[in-house]
Amino acid sequence: MTTVINVSRRHFLGGVFSAGAFVVGVRLLPLEALAGPQAAASGAAAAAWEPSVYLGIEPSGAVKIVAHRSEMGTGARTCLPMIVADELEADWARVTIVQALGDVKYGSQNTDGSCSVRDFYQAMRSAGAAARTTLEHAAAGKWGVAQEECQGRQHFVVHAKTGRKLAYGELVPLASSATAPNQGAVRFKTPQEFRYIGKDLPITDLGDLVTGKGMFGIDARMDGMVYAAIARPPVMGASFKSVDDTAAKQVAGVQQVVMLDLASPPFGFKALGGPTVIAANSWAAIQGRNALKVDWAAGDHAAYESAKYREALLATAAKAGRVTRQMGDVDAEFAKGGAIHEASYYTPMLAHAPMEPPAAVAEFKDGKVVTWCNTQNPQAVQDTVARALGIKKEDVVCHVTLLGGGFGRKSKPDYVAEAALLSKQVGKPVKIVWSREDDIQFDYFHSPAAMYLKARVDAQGRPTAWLQRTVFPPIASQNNPDEEYGGFQVGMGWTNIPYALPNLRVENGPARAHVRIGWLRSVANIYHAFGVQSFTDELAAAAGRDRVEYLLNLIGPPRVIDLGKEGVSQPGEPNPNFPFDTARLRNVIELAAERSGWAGKKPGAGRALGIAAHYSFLTYVAAVV
Amino acid sequence: MIQFTVNAVARRFDGDGSMPLLWYLRDDLALTGTKYGCGLGLCGACTVHVNGAAVRSCQTPMSTVAGKKVTTIEGLDPQGNHPLQRAWKAQNVPQCGYCQSGQIMQAAAMLRATPKPTDGDIDQHMQGNICRCGTYQRIRAAIKQAAGVKA
Repeated sequence: MTTVINVSRRHFLGGVFSAGAFVVGVRLLPLEALAGPQAAASGAAAAAWEPSVYLGIEPSGAVKIVAHRSEMGTGARTCLPMIVADELEADWARVTIVQALGDVKYGSQNTDGSCSVRDFYQAMRSAGAAARTTLEHAAAGKWGVAQEECQGRQHFVVHAKTGRKLAYGELVPLASSATAPNQGAVRFKTPQEFRYIGKDLPITDLGDLVTGKGMFGIDARMDGMVYAAIARPPVMGASFKSVDDTAAKQVAGVQQVVMLDLASPPFGFKALGGPTVIAANSWAAIQGRNALKVDWAAGDHAAYESAKYREALLATAAKAGRVTRQMGDVDAEFAKGGAIHEASYYTPMLAHAPMEPPAAVAEFKDGKVVTWCNTQNPQAVQDTVARALGIKKEDVVCHVTLLGGGFGRKSKPDYVAEAALLSKQVGKPVKIVWSREDDIQFDYFHSPAAMYLKARVDAQGRPTAWLQRTVFPPIASQNNPDEEYGGFQVGMGWTNIPYALPNLRVENGPARAHVRIGWLRSVANIYHAFGVQSFTDELAAAAGRDRVEYLLNLIGPPRVIDLGKEGVSQPGEPNPNFPFDTARLRNVIELAAERSGWAGKKPGAGRALGIAAHYSFLTYVAAVV
Repeated sequence: MIQFTVNAVARRFDGDGSMPLLWYLRDDLALTGTKYGCGLGLCGACTVHVNGAAVRSCQTPMSTVAGKKVTTIEGLDPQGNHPLQRAWKAQNVPQCGYCQSGQIMQAAAMLRATPKPTDGDIDQHMQGNICRCGTYQRIRAAIKQAAGVKA
């Protein structure tokens, strides 16, 4: 899966490592290589060989580790380098973390989908272990002893038999001219030997974050920059008629009003456009923008109204939709009559509202763009900005700052394209900070969703047939405004309902998007968990049974949920290394019940008691409320 | 023209008196530790001290700071070693960290007035400071540690 090489002589990252440093790279094969040896071979052949992840040791002993994923509060910027440092046996106090620029050579930098450690754990271990093994080999050669007798220990290679030791820095000249050991020669640490992995250690930016020094996207500055505030189309796809900027130009600090071209559908990650105030500071830009009088022709989506849309989604959910999974015959079972339960659920549209709004500063100069921004996906920044300006992706230099929360919003770089396009237009670096109002009004919203569920139950209240239908405007509408079906989102906690049911039908009905729709952490699992678990609770209540016992009974015996065996496609999931195992789902339910003291709890007057469990992004979760 | 101090440095300002202190600190002085979160005094991320009292700098027009002492997270302690900053580190409070300047400034003002806060005091004084990572339990523990009261 990973190949490690010594790239000391190739002078990668010239600005980061000195010419004398010992630098190690890791080639990450595409993830599809997991599918099998054949895929691995073709994947390896297809991709140009270039190492992806770097760690370097300077002759001084200073260790630098490149963090290629974004930090937004999950600790990714600390824990991935820490995995490298653990295998390297580096003294953490002597490790500096270098934030990577956006660059395809790092593999996926899209810090999204709860997978930074899962996807890069082995690569990080390989890099650290290979570097340590190389140092051990170098020390063994110097001492003329067997390599097995030499062990990396906290920045030294130690020869236990004689008590000799050599500092990592002293070994750098030897190590940097050595060949990286092949995979079989690399000795990995055992879990008992881990110093940092699995331990509760401080994040690397801790000191900066308590003194106000941590640099977020909103804090980034460039010499000579101006501040911009955009009057974006108030309705998706609205067209511009006219603007009166007389009052805006009278606001102190306002320098000019320019027009940022309006995007045409599909909106994807495009800058939305609109009349834009350029000013000497944020306040002047905001005040100027508020003073603009813009006349819009609202267009196709002007009639969109939340209450009516909710009714429409619920009505659609009451009608037959596309079947995404079927077992047995629910219709035949329902036709038998008896105890039938039905319920409809609705969850609202949500804005991401990260504490730090989208923000970027960008400079277009000599056909190239340099930006500092709070992005979850610097390579998407490169793609989006390059497309917007008609330049090459490699000519977009994306510096990743700290992120004050992301939640999926900041993997959509429309705001960086805004800054870059405006910089080209005004000939200066441009800073864009979305106001909170901008953030709420122009977000890529989390879909509102309507769900309809129907069950026929036996004398014990256990379902003999279960129908469920979900309706929501899909994320795919970003790139195809006519898309009305949920695609991969239907697979998130809906098609893969883990209940042992003799008759089951899962459906998805159509819904047209009238705003930009985007993924928000957990994505469709949010509403699907709510719908399935609420209905489960209602059935248990109707049956007069204990919720925990009822839920466990519905899940049934421990087994792997593999829809592939039923011929049902499961885009995105599952990961073959992490099968959906109901034994684990049962375990978290039993653990939550035990830790919450479920057996002794009773709902009281005005107090409700419930339990819910769900599987999302390979994680099993149960909660008692 | 108004005069005041920011982190003990004398400053003059002759711009738009209605501009919130927040943008003056961030844009004019590059003191970016004070964060923008909502611009409406609803989240607490922009909290600074004016004459020792915790205020929302996004709701503090420049015209009102004439003759006053403004303190930001950068000036809370010259070495970044305020008891709250030490406690914040000991408790590993921040996740994304964006709200933490405001949290610390709010807590610092509270401790000046209430050196030994109860849980109720902490809830009352800190309730206007939002943390979307949900670090509230660690914030509470850090405040208690700094105050030397039992967790």
